[in-house]
Amino acid sequence: MSEKLKQFEQKLDQKLTAAEMYANRPRKWWLYLIIVLILTLLVTWSGSSIQFDGLTVTGSQVAKGVISGVTHPDLKLMFGTGDTDVPFLLLQTMAIAVLGTLIGAILAIPFAFLASSNIMPAPIAYLFRIIILLIRTIPSLVWALMWIRVTGPGASCGVITQSVCSIGMIAKMYITAIEDLDTRILESLDAMGCTPFQKIRYGVIPQLTASFISTTIYRFDINLKDATTLGIVGAGGIGASLVQCLNSRRWAMVGSFVWGLMFLVLVIEFLSTRIRKKLARGE
Amino acid sequence: MDKENTSLVKLTWFDKIFKPQVITLANGHSTLRRRSRTPLIVALLAIAIFLSLKATRFDFTVIISRFNELLKLFTQLFHPKWSFFDKVTGPLVDTIKMSILGTVIGCALALPVAVLSSTNINKSHVIVSVFRFILALIRTLPTLVIALVCALVFGLGTFAGTLAISIFTFGIVAKMLYESIETIDMGPFEAMEAMGANKFQAFWAACVPQILPVYLSHSLYCFEMNIRASAILGYVGAGGLGITINERIGWRDYNGLGMVLLTLFVVVVAIEFFSEYLRKKLS
Repeated sequence: MSEKLKQFEQKLDQKLTAAEMYANRPRKWWLYLIIVLILTLLVTWSGSSIQFDGLTVTGSQVAKGVISGVTHPDLKLMFGTGDTDVPFLLLQTMAIAVLGTLIGAILAIPFAFLASSNIMPAPIAYLFRIIILLIRTIPSLVWALMWIRVTGPGASCGVITQSVCSIGMIAKMYITAIEDLDTRILESLDAMGCTPFQKIRYGVIPQLTASFISTTIYRFDINLKDATTLGIVGAGGIGASLVQCLNSRRWAMVGSFVWGLMFLVLVIEFLSTRIRKKLARGE
Repeated sequence: MDKENTSLVKLTWFDKIFKPQVITLANGHSTLRRRSRTPLIVALLAIAIFLSLKATRFDFTVIISRFNELLKLFTQLFHPKWSFFDKVTGPLVDTIKMSILGTVIGCALALPVAVLSSTNINKSHVIVSVFRFILALIRTLPTLVIALVCALVFGLGTFAGTLAISIFTFGIVAKMLYESIETIDMGPFEAMEAMGANKFQAFWAACVPQILPVYLSHSLYCFEMNIRASAILGYVGAGGLGITINERIGWRDYNGLGMVLLTLFVVVVAIEFFSEYLRKKLS
């Protein structure tokens, strides 16, 4: 045995005191230095073109208005039952998200299977991946502005926009689930002499449902938040009224819309987290 | 021996209405099999879809009959006007700068708040719940609405966009971070306290090295999202690419829009690729 190896072994065997161990602690200061340097460079570069002109003339007024609106919401609007009151608009927002998510989840299934590399040959899988990426990159607002040419303004524009937008993310998460499929189950079903239909029914679907449902619920959460902004371009839901009130400076109405929005999103987030936790535990 | 080991099956309110099926096994033991929840879920979904269809007045026939409108639009989108590229670069760089600065500010603010709102480090239950509630409220506000308010208060331009992105980033990164902080190993922290380190020293040496990679990875992930989100902030006047997109759609110059979207696509894909690589290195 060479002398060097022995020395090395001795070094490994020796008991270090706490102080010595502390002195030998792993140091990555150069890595941190590089990160900090890059960050400072980026910040100075990007900070250069962002000019702060102070408040606008009406800026402080707007800020005060928003605060007074949030603290004194329009209660009649908040609990009314008409077509322009908060409860109906919230319901409509939720309806857009429900339909958009469901249609999107169904549309995403063929996309996901076509883009999974363990089912499809590589070129087709890559082609569909690029399509999915394209769908994801176009901002939802742009989708809405394009679909508005087809459906005209209104909630149905929101529905079709969300259906298409959801495909991107849902398909991406479906693909991971499909690629994680345990193929040994399919092989054993094969060995038992199952037909392709039986293989899908007992081998594929039970493995996928939990994660598919979980993904869909997660996307519903996102779609609900998205549906609130789609209204800005006229695609229905609460967003349109909120932005109109903001622009016409009716603060009390703004306040009631904001409270309604917060309530809805918080409740849905709470429920969806609970359901997804249950699904993850396999109940 | 008790032949009825029913206690193994947890019963919920659902099982009290639909009594579980009793199965007697070959050895004389009997067990319960819960009734399937699927019919209930399907029924609820059907009601939700019916109500949503009524609330949104969604009509598939309109979409199918007028689908060629979208196809016309798409043919224009896929023939981008290359000469428009020069006018895209300026706003694009603005968008990237906005997202960088916004992400850095938001993430910097998120770190202390996340530490304060994780239950394993902050033992005060009240402070934790207060911080979490504030974070949840911030997350419910759509980015576009924040941007609109910022634009009204601080004037149109990149500053409003940067501020909106910072607030949005702060809400999301703080949430993701406190969830990760709660999963870290507190053993080293206790060991250091036992050796006589004070709380801050112990936190700095035992927790920070565990948190830091996760924090950087969350920040990068959020940066990816922000690039996409900030592309549309201009729609409400908060600077960046959104102004160009809005303009192109307003003028029905879909070839120009195609160019904008193509550039955005390339940039988003490049940044996503780079950040995914970095995140893989971090984990």
